[in-house]
Order: sequence, then C-alpha cells, then structure tokens
Amino acid sequence: MKDKQVLPDVQPKKSGISRRNFLKTVTGTAAGIGISQMFNPALIQALEKGLERHPVLWIQGQGCTGCSVTLLNSVDPSIADILLKVISLQFIPTVSVCEGEMAMKHVYEVAKEYQGRFSLVVEGAIPVAENGKYCIVGEIDHKEITMVDMVQELAPMAGSVLAVGTCAAYGGIPAAKGNVTGATGVNDFFLSKNISTPVVNIPGCPPHPDWIVGSIVHLLESGIPELDYDGRPKLFYGNNIHDNCPRLDDYDEAFMAMSLSDPQGCRMDVGCKGPDTYADCYKRKWNSGMNWCVNNAVCIGCVEAGFPDAMSPFYEPAY
Amino acid sequence: MAGCKPQTEPAQAGKKIKIPIDPVTRIEGHLKAEVEVAGGRVVDAHVSGGMYRGFEQILVGRDPRDATQITQRICGVCPTAHATASALALDDAFGVELTDNGRIARNLILGANYLQSHILHFYHLAALDYVNGPDTAPFIPRYAKNDVRLPKELNDVAVGQYLEALEIRKICHEMVALLGGRMPHVQGIVVGGSTEIPTREALNAYAERFKKVKQFVLEKYVPLVYLLAGPYGDLLKTGVGHKNLVSWGVFPLDNNGNTLLKPGVYTDGKDYAVDPAMIKEYVKYSWFEDSTTGLNPTEGKTLPNPNKPGAYSFIKAPRYNGKPHEGGPLARMWATNPELSKTGREKLGVTNLRDIGDACFSILGRHVARAEETALVAMAVEEWLSQAQPGKETFVPADIPQSAEGLGMTEAPRGALLHYIDIKDQKIANYQVTSATIWNANPRDDMGQRGPIEEALIGVPVPDVDNPVNVGRLIRSFDP
Repeated sequence: MKDKQVLPDVQPKKSGISRRNFLKTVTGTAAGIGISQMFNPALIQALEKGLERHPVLWIQGQGCTGCSVTLLNSVDPSIADILLKVISLQFIPTVSVCEGEMAMKHVYEVAKEYQGRFSLVVEGAIPVAENGKYCIVGEIDHKEITMVDMVQELAPMAGSVLAVGTCAAYGGIPAAKGNVTGATGVNDFFLSKNISTPVVNIPGCPPHPDWIVGSIVHLLESGIPELDYDGRPKLFYGNNIHDNCPRLDDYDEAFMAMSLSDPQGCRMDVGCKGPDTYADCYKRKWNSGMNWCVNNAVCIGCVEAGFPDAMSPFYEPAY
Repeated sequence: MAGCKPQTEPAQAGKKIKIPIDPVTRIEGHLKAEVEVAGGRVVDAHVSGGMYRGFEQILVGRDPRDATQITQRICGVCPTAHATASALALDDAFGVELTDNGRIARNLILGANYLQSHILHFYHLAALDYVNGPDTAPFIPRYAKNDVRLPKELNDVAVGQYLEALEIRKICHEMVALLGGRMPHVQGIVVGGSTEIPTREALNAYAERFKKVKQFVLEKYVPLVYLLAGPYGDLLKTGVGHKNLVSWGVFPLDNNGNTLLKPGVYTDGKDYAVDPAMIKEYVKYSWFEDSTTGLNPTEGKTLPNPNKPGAYSFIKAPRYNGKPHEGGPLARMWATNPELSKTGREKLGVTNLRDIGDACFSILGRHVARAEETALVAMAVEEWLSQAQPGKETFVPADIPQSAEGLGMTEAPRGALLHYIDIKDQKIANYQVTSATIWNANPRDDMGQRGPIEEALIGVPVPDVDNPVNVGRLIRSFDP
C-alpha cells in the first residue's frame, strides 16, 4: 500500500524494525521475559519481508490525550520510527501540523482514498447524549462535526478499528457513574449503529505503548490478534496480575503491606485490584521498564471494562 | 469585490472576514477559534472549548482519596499537576502535614513532568508553526504559505532537535515513573505524601537521566527559543492580551508555604497577594446553567446545558477580582522574577525576567518565559535530588474525616490550577476544578470581557486569510 504523500528521500520503503526488536515489543521489553508467550512463525516471516507504511487515522473523543502521550513513550520501535517508518499516521490531533478545515477535509479524503484499507484509531469515549453535542471535533463549511458524526462516518470505511484506551474501549472515566454525557465505548456504539468493522480493544488508562504498537503491527502482519471476552488481545491481556505478581509469595505467606509506602508485602489490604485485573504490567513494566503500579502503590484495574466504578474505592480492599 | 469568494477577498478591503479554525490541533483537548479579520489584523475573536466530560459530577459520592486518581484523567499531558492539586486539597481536608521526604518526592515527580511538558509543548506542539517538518504525514498537509522563515540549515537543526526532544521527553517520563510508578497517570502522589520511599538506586537512576535532560534544556531548547527571536522578532510585539496574570505558586520548599515559583496576582500594572476569595466563575457564554454564574469555586456548581442560546464554550470564565487573567509560565515567572539563564542574559542584555518588560507579553515572550522556567526548574530538581533521603518515610497515613473542606492550589505547566473538595459522611459531596486552560481559553464573561486568549488575538496580523498562521501561533503560545 503506497502512501499517497510524497515521501522524503530518506524514507525507506521497508521498516527498519528487526525481528529481534519486534519480538521484544510483543513479548516484553525486559530481556528474556515471556518470549515463549508469543512466537508466531507466520508473523516473524512477514516481518522479515518488512512492513509497509499503513495509513492510520487517529481521532480523539472524550479523552485526556494520555493515550497519544503514552504512544510517544514507545521504546522499540521508537516513536520517530513509528511515525517515519512503520505507519503513515495521516492524522493525529496532538501531533498533526494541519488544523481547522484543512485537517478535517484531509481526514475524510484519506478515508475515501484508502477505503477498507486504513485503520481508524479511536481515543476517548463517544458521548451520545444531546445529539453528540458534548464533543465537537471540528467543522467543515461552517457545519460542526461531533465525535458521533465522525465515528459514524469513518468507521464503516475503515478496514479495522483500534479502540485505544479504556475510554474508547468501554467508556472509562467519562462513562463512570454520575456522567450525563452518554459516554460510550466503540463496541457499544457500533452495536447501536449496526457498524460491523472489526474492533480491537486496547484498554488501559493509559495503555502501555507496546500494547498499541504490538497490536497495530500484529494487525498489519497477520490480521486481528486473538481476542478475549472483552475484545482485548490475549497476547497482552491474557494473564492475571495477582497470579503473576512478584509479591505473590508474600500473599501466600499472609505477609501484607500495612501502608501505601510499605516497601514490602502484598498490597491487597491497601486496595490493590491485581486479582481482578488482566494485563502483563507485572513483567513488561512501564516507561522503558522503570517501574509499575503495584511496586509503587496499588493496581487500580485500569484495563478492565468496569474501570473505574468496579475498582472504586481504589484504596480499600476489593474483598 | 463583488463576485469574489469571501475566502479569497483581500482582508485589506476593510470588510470583516470570519475565519473559523476547528480543530486547533497540537494542543490538549478540543478547541475552536473563530477570528474576525479586517485590514490584515484580527479585530475580534471567540475561543470555544468543544468537550465536556463532567468530572465534578462523576466525583460526587466517591471515596475522597479516589479524586487523586480520577482527576489526573482530566489531562494526560499534565496528570501530575492534577494529582498534586488534588492531594493538596485532601492534605488540607484530612489535616496532614507531609514529611520533608514526601514533599521532595512530590517535587521530583512534578518537576520531571514540568520538564517533559515544556519540552513537548515547545518542540512537538508549537515549533511546527516556525519550522518545516519532513514532507510526510503527520507533518503534511500544512498551510501553503506557512511563513516559515528559517534558513534551511537552521530548519534542519530544529527538525533534528524535534526528533531528539521525542527521546528527551520520554526520558523525563522515565524519571516520573521511577518515583511515581508510571506515566501518564501516576500512582505515587496521594494524600499524605508519596507512596514510594526512594531507594539510592532509584535516585541514581533519576539523576543519570536528569543529566541528559538538563543538558538538552540548557544547550538546545533555551538557545533555540532565543534563535527564533531573530527571524520572528515581530512576534515579540504581537499578542499582548489583558496584561493581567495569576500564579498560585508551585514546588513547596518547606511546610510554611514558601515555593520555588511564587504566587502572585498582577492586575492593571500592580502586584497583589493571592486571595482565593477573589476568584469567581462566570457562565453567561458557557454551556452551563445561568443560575450557577458568579460563584467562587468553594461554592461552585457545574451543571451543563449544552443547548443554551448565546453560549459558545464548555469552558467557564473564571475572573480574579472581576477581571480576566492569564496563567502559565509567564505569570509564574513574572511573579517570581528570577535571574535569567546565562543564554538569556547574553541574548537580551538584561538580568531578571521583568527587565524584559513589555516584550514578555507576546507570542514569543511566552515561549521565552516557558524556556527560562524550564531551566529554572531543572536547577531546582538538581537541588531536590541532593535533598532526597534514601529510605526515609514519604507518606503519612491519615483517616478520612467525617466532614471537612480542602483547597489545593498549585500550578500545572500550562497555568494556575485549583481543586476544591467538600467531604460529608466521608464521601465527596462537592468537588470543583478550575484548571489552567480554563483561565486562558475561556469565553466572554457576564460583563462581556473577552477571555485571555481571545483578547491576545486582537491585533494579531493575518495578512493572508487563507493561511492564518499567526492565529495558531498565538493560541499555542499559551499551551492550551
């Protein structure tokens, strides 16, 4: 698939991502961890042929931009490689140079030109109350366009949709109890509008950049990854945090942290929602492997469909 | 000019031409600007916030401690600031006093994200108004005539720094995560201090990364901002605004209210001490119920009415002493008036920030203040690193009070931030947030006064209505 834009001379036709680096991305950046979890020969073969830049449109609804920011934290491949080598990110509000009507028209032109062949990334929830008025994303010819309008028009044209972040996947914080905006996740929105484009949920508040990049690459190379009941790639969300927690031995010995700053002990008594949460943070860690929530404080279950209401209060035990 | 399309009619004709820009990209959130241009300049402006989520309503009835997590989701660029404001409000309500190490750990978390946010803002949000990126998406399409004035060599240097800054800002997030757990959205800032007692290893890892960041700030970011003042010198005289400033102060240096960046209000050329009672939020032109207008945040109500006639924004219009005020690095640096960086002193031939004078109140002036603040915060981070004590307690446990009020005033990288909590029966009865962008990107108030960005847009040159580059430059100088 050729990018319709004129690419600079330095633009390689094929990705510079090596098989080894990609494996690190999908299996965890910490060396040697979880390699066996994901070893798909077809995928590796495809990667050796190289990736071609695939058109992606990234749109934002009711979100905080945290999912765009987490993408910038991608280590391997780096965000510069993602932008210049892996995908053709035709629009992303936080980074795109174009603005106003030029930006809006560009989005719709790309969608038409690559109909059925581009991926639509949705960040943030879609508020359906009051005819979508709670989220206006732009205007064309002096007519305002809501997030509802935009998803409704673009999603059927896309080859696939990635619901990035818990807001896009399930509604998340904007959909929490007390909201008046009708904040809705992508799958529920599609059901209500009879849209059948395949959806991959990549929840997390925010998601780990590897989950986003790994899912995109999987999508491009071997199609939709295997999903769990909540529409998430099992590759990243297949295992329980508590069952794999480095502090599980402490739990088994009933050695419990008594305070949030207690350097040792299982965190369940101070509110950890690891037992209710499925994601590979325990081995992947965050921000280039610097740290993770349970080591620092507690897991608040941000990747789960019930977040935040089902996980709240965050600092009281779940049992 | 009968027969011409309005878009191509020369603005010099004296007739007013309306230019909507929706969305304004490279910001956090959903923003629209509509300017009226006559005689090649903006003569009126309306700025609209296009999104509402309703944090105030979502927080009611919850465990007060959850606010520190939930309010971070207001902004994924500056969650640490919301965590800080919320924790300060809760500290106040719970009646806890932090340990020195807890205060320092919070400063190191917030400080690392200040560095991240300012670097991200300058390079990845604002710089592409002055520099041509590579000729590939998402750097194209762009305005056909985008008024980029850098010679090719300097443009190449800037693009190189754009890419390097992607790495540097990522390193800043690694620093946040070392003490805050992860980023965006930290676990580490809670009522009573911070959750992770720093180890020697964590502090060393932080220091090692910080060294690279500091070098980048002093040797690349600050000099590049001053370099822009050459080809874009006119932008030091453009975008004045109301010339009123608010800063609540940030980075506590002790438990007695002394802060690195000072609190202060600057109104009509005079300095005043901050009095939170002087803040009122107006909603005549905002999509909120008229009955809630003119309230102080401690009695605030947030009741949306998205179909209200005449309104044009989901942003309320906060006023200090009845007047619009600008927040952000310029406001903080004006209140603090520190000595400039070595680069700044050499380039400008002056010593302190206020010596720059009126040029501060401009598109490039705001960038200069932000870059200088980045250098200042970097120096302070170095100091806090030397003060942090490995293994020493950072957290003071405290019980949820039956009923209490708390006020948390701090500064997000983009401006003054206030959280107010009212606790009843150990649950949140009312929670109000007056955030940085609310100070800057607000619409007209009940008295008809424009918001700070609206006012600063007045007079901005738009010689070519098809390529209104200076409008975006002005808006992004506020980092909305």
